[in-house]
Amino acid sequence: MGLLSNAATLLAKEARTEFRSRELVSTTLVFVLIVVVLFSFAFDPTTSESRRFGPGLLWLAFLFAASLMMQPSFLREQANDTLSALRLSVRDPFAILLAKIGANTLFLLLTELLMLPVFAVMFNVAVVPQLPGLVLTFALGSLGIATAGTALAAISAQARMRELLLPLMLLPLLTPVLIAATAVTAGLLAREPVLEWKGIGFLAAFDVVFLTALWLFGEYLLEE
Amino acid sequence: MAAGAGHAGLHFDRVDKRYGSVYALRNVTLSVAAGDCVVLAGRNGSGKTTLLRLAARLTRPTDGTISGAPEISAPQPAIGFVAHATMVYDELTAGENLRFFGKLLGLPRVNERVAELLKEVGLAERKDSLVRTFSRGMRQRVAIARALLAEPRLLLFDEPATGLDPEATAWLAAQLRKLRDAGCTILMSLHGESELAQLAGRAVRLDAGRVVADTRTGATFHSVYHFTGG
Amino acid sequence: MVRRILFGAVAVALVVLGAYAAFFVAPEERTMGDIQRIFYFHAATAWAGETAFFVCFLANLLYVWRRAAKYDWLGVACAEVGLACITVVLITGPIWAKPVWGIWWTWDARLTSTFVLWILYICYLLLRSLIEEPERRALLSALFGIFAFIDVPIVFGAIRWWRTQHPAPVIMGGEGSGLDPVMRKVFFLNVLAMHLLAAFLIVERYLLERAKGAIQDLQREAEAQ
Repeated sequence: MGLLSNAATLLAKEARTEFRSRELVSTTLVFVLIVVVLFSFAFDPTTSESRRFGPGLLWLAFLFAASLMMQPSFLREQANDTLSALRLSVRDPFAILLAKIGANTLFLLLTELLMLPVFAVMFNVAVVPQLPGLVLTFALGSLGIATAGTALAAISAQARMRELLLPLMLLPLLTPVLIAATAVTAGLLAREPVLEWKGIGFLAAFDVVFLTALWLFGEYLLEE
Repeated sequence: MAAGAGHAGLHFDRVDKRYGSVYALRNVTLSVAAGDCVVLAGRNGSGKTTLLRLAARLTRPTDGTISGAPEISAPQPAIGFVAHATMVYDELTAGENLRFFGKLLGLPRVNERVAELLKEVGLAERKDSLVRTFSRGMRQRVAIARALLAEPRLLLFDEPATGLDPEATAWLAAQLRKLRDAGCTILMSLHGESELAQLAGRAVRLDAGRVVADTRTGATFHSVYHFTGG
Repeated sequence: MVRRILFGAVAVALVVLGAYAAFFVAPEERTMGDIQRIFYFHAATAWAGETAFFVCFLANLLYVWRRAAKYDWLGVACAEVGLACITVVLITGPIWAKPVWGIWWTWDARLTSTFVLWILYICYLLLRSLIEEPERRALLSALFGIFAFIDVPIVFGAIRWWRTQHPAPVIMGGEGSGLDPVMRKVFFLNVLAMHLLAAFLIVERYLLERAKGAIQDLQREAEAQ
């Protein structure tokens, strides 16, 4: 079977598993909410401060949450050694990684979109008019987070203290995504909304670079 | 690979497999001809699992070469692998698991093949139950069904009778007999003599990662199974 | 053995020479005074650290391709020496910055990406310490090293584009541009000296790792008897 159809089959399975248990998206959503609420307690921001720091806070919360939700996708494959079964069933091991990236991107994006109305209410910003731009930004940012996250999850799954190690390695690596995504989101939610194409392009470039790196080195990540 | 062709046999040539400073396999030279049914005997930790995983191309040898088994990039359907772990998803049903792997393998008539296999392994009525609810014996049967999906010509079974009751073991022996008679190459590791061992035309003993006895080179089956060293 | 000692001696001698030149040969800088002299040491160490990381990246690529233990030894040697260099840079930077600009630190592109580089290589070494089996450790840390190395220029670019509140401090009109000719010579002398010192340390660390590997081989042979 071809790379893309294998990846699609794998992605469908990941989606079906998550749809049944809903554990990943729900726990991630709650985590993001908690981070946002804690921020308000810690800084007690005024309305204008909320506007200013909101986008950064949102992406910071997404990053923290993502660094915790990336592990399960590989740990699940270790439970019954289904990873070996996958490696024996697909011709191109990149399909396995591509599917995991796709699944993580979707779950992250779903969490972010569910968070958006809550964010709009808490920070008094109008998000509906900017929805297309926001969805695009969230999608590209999540893809970048999921790509790097999946790669590092594959690496840390084979080390001790993996639950601590993954966020440790992932967060510094994702600083460019944090910076660019925050900038674009802030632009969209400003009083005079603007879509910063430079930022969109940067996020897309980050995604391409890391997807390519994973395409080149992915099979070694899955080696035994 | 031409359709319907068996593969050319499995050849280990001075293979080492090392994990850090521990040798799981040491200087193993072994040839399995197409259509052979070979038992790998040995204590725990003697290297049986490692040898089977190497044959399945799940891991690379540290030294030496393995030829004959399909290359990693070649069509994988040629290998059926059953291990200690079930290698199926607990959170999916038996039917979903088989359909999933069937689609990955690119089987032409997935649903029919899945139904056929489920009937053969005796799980047809449980096809919509989550594997999580299955007993050990039933999980093993799903694992075997998964291994047989693409009608593989090379079967690698790692202690396949573990956790099976006598009835299930008899069923497994019947399945293996059918496959052997159809010309499949079978390499299976077993703890000791059993119903399954009787299917084999050859037995090889591993001890501390080395081949120490082989019925092909004169050892008796009895001595291979009851090897005491020296 | 003699060659190693000689190499080390030459490297140290050059560093001392470089320091002498920095303090007594180079002319005093117009605006900053004597504190500026630390720049020769600071910037040279930074360059040496970056070179070490580049070599680490090459070693990582070679390991993934070839799977020869020597590339793993080279990788960890470069990472450790590079980390030491960058640590020195992060410490000497603020020492110099405070008297000159009145601030210890700023989040400009160069400083921030240096800091992220520092953290990523700490992660590289931490990852290594958490994997026991040598071949797994070598492969996984090489892969992480590759991803980390690709990331650093991206970090630099992101901050350059979006963090305009913290302009990069200009060092004497930019390093090497319009520098007084004597200053330039002193600078490159120090760059050479720090590179030689780093190379010496990398070789020593490489040989240490190689010896560790040899001991493990011997242990293995002994156990197999």
